[in-house]
Amino acid sequence: MATRTIEMQLQTPGLDAQGRVQMSPLGLERIEREADDLHAEHMLINIGPQHPATHGVLRLVIELDGERVIRVIPHIGYLHSGFEKLGEYRHYNQIIPLTDRTDYLSPMANNVGLALAAEKLMGITVTERCAVLRVIACELSRIISHLVWLGTTGIDLGAMTPFLWSFQQRERVYNLQESWTGARLTTSVTRVGGMMADIPDGWEAGLRDFTRTFTKTLDEVDTMFTKNAIWIGRTQGVGVMTKAEAIDYSLSGPMLRASGVAWDLRKDMPYLGYETYDFDVPVGEHGDIYDRYLVRLEEMYQSTRILDQTLDRLEKLKGAPINVDDPRVILPPKSRAMSDMEAMIFHFKQVMEGVTAPAGEAYLAIENPKGELGYYFVSDGTAKPVRWRIRPPSLINLAALPKMCEGALLSDVIAINASVDIVMGEIDR
Amino acid sequence: MRRAPDIAALRARFGAAIERHAVSCGDEIVWLTNDRAHEILAWLKADQGYAYLVDITAVEYRDPELPLEVVWFVRNLTTIQDLRCKVSLDPTAPLAVDSVVDLWHGADWLEREVFDMFGVTFRGHPDLRRLLMWETYHEGYPLRKAFPLRGHFSRGEQTRQALAANPEAHYSIEELSIAEAFDDLPEEMRQRLAHGERGNV
Repeated sequence: MATRTIEMQLQTPGLDAQGRVQMSPLGLERIEREADDLHAEHMLINIGPQHPATHGVLRLVIELDGERVIRVIPHIGYLHSGFEKLGEYRHYNQIIPLTDRTDYLSPMANNVGLALAAEKLMGITVTERCAVLRVIACELSRIISHLVWLGTTGIDLGAMTPFLWSFQQRERVYNLQESWTGARLTTSVTRVGGMMADIPDGWEAGLRDFTRTFTKTLDEVDTMFTKNAIWIGRTQGVGVMTKAEAIDYSLSGPMLRASGVAWDLRKDMPYLGYETYDFDVPVGEHGDIYDRYLVRLEEMYQSTRILDQTLDRLEKLKGAPINVDDPRVILPPKSRAMSDMEAMIFHFKQVMEGVTAPAGEAYLAIENPKGELGYYFVSDGTAKPVRWRIRPPSLINLAALPKMCEGALLSDVIAINASVDIVMGEIDR
Repeated sequence: MRRAPDIAALRARFGAAIERHAVSCGDEIVWLTNDRAHEILAWLKADQGYAYLVDITAVEYRDPELPLEVVWFVRNLTTIQDLRCKVSLDPTAPLAVDSVVDLWHGADWLEREVFDMFGVTFRGHPDLRRLLMWETYHEGYPLRKAFPLRGHFSRGEQTRQALAANPEAHYSIEELSIAEAFDDLPEEMRQRLAHGERGNV
């Protein structure tokens, strides 16, 4: 390293005994120091685990050369709750409340996924009305999850107002959720073989009102962001994943589609009769943050389209059963359990022993807002699974963060991290 | 629509390395021998178009007689085929399989998680560290059946360890060296870190 001599003449003004101004030298006339070779020294910066831009308790250790990122080392696990372990000690229906707490931004969709996986294991097909209600649950979850993403990403990039718009709309869905399930967040809306409850009277009108007026907010966001120079400057060409890389890193959901892979489980491996709904799957082409934004924005419009179709179907299925007619998995009505011997025995067995699944294993994946949410059950024939595995979409999407941040600027790391749409409850489980 | 994977082609090519084939709830499962698992997965990816790795996990059964299984979920995105590959391991012996990070980058964190939760070593993994639990965690592997639900240590012991935490141990030696912070530490702390003792975090 070169040695550089800096000559300095530092003086402080003062007054002498006669009252004249006098400059006295500061003492350090010559400073010899090693010149800073700015490129030789890397800086380590720590973001999180308590930092608003890391969307929870994610911790990023970033090695910087000036402002350029050399590498990012994510540390996770601060919210680890051992859900998978806990699931091995719970009946299938008792696992459903655990799924509320994994991806807590879309609890109803997780409930649906878990019920579907358990039903696949047990060979149960749900009723038509139940399937429609579950589609509503999934699509409402997609909308609220994407709204949170939109609002928080906007804030991360310096736009405060869309956050308020999106949370206003989200509040309307939460009110619907509350009047259906009694809970705003811990919904637990499904049961193996059916639903916890049918929608209350007049609920459809509330949903219809929501789908009719909600897209106006999306239009506003579209006006605000899509052609906004600052938004474009911060997002286009940042955090790019090519098509091949996206597949190589096992990305899923909007992250995969933004990279140009037309893969949506609702279309390609349909469940709940999604093949009978009319909707489009937006696919990006550049794989950058901007395309992820466009994909998520369009997905909300498409979810609204699906919700409109479910409402038409609900009308035709008025009064149809929401639970399968199978006393092994569905509790009998309380009035029958108190008066009918057989019903009482089924009630007792289900409450005490739980719903048993035949020995075997099943993996079922649904297209969650964050990506492919898979539940993998291994059963040994008892009422509790031997293994319950959650395939967490945000964990696998986040694993590509170091790759996406290579060579980016520090401020881009915040934008890229926001674009992944992570939720730490699901990553750490 | 979904199509069943071509098990016959697998058997024709690898013969005895395909130990077993089963269908459970419509999911196709093949058991591979441990020594050729990586080779078969590489062939599935390159020749059969299973380009997408869905998940890697492990299963330990309640029955101690049954083997512990490492599970790979692979998918062909064009023909829409799912295949689950398994390798059986003896749970009483050291657990090790070959890493597939060289085939799929997405396997990196998934293998770290299996290592973290089950103690399975992935040979050839570039950075096999615990993922969810902290680096100095030494209660064992939480998802093993021998691990009690509440953990091995009492709440009192866990609190004691948390209070005895060494703040520098939040950073790895590697991270401290990037920041050139190692030299700034007190001598006693450097000694402890140099000996690999990181304190309890």
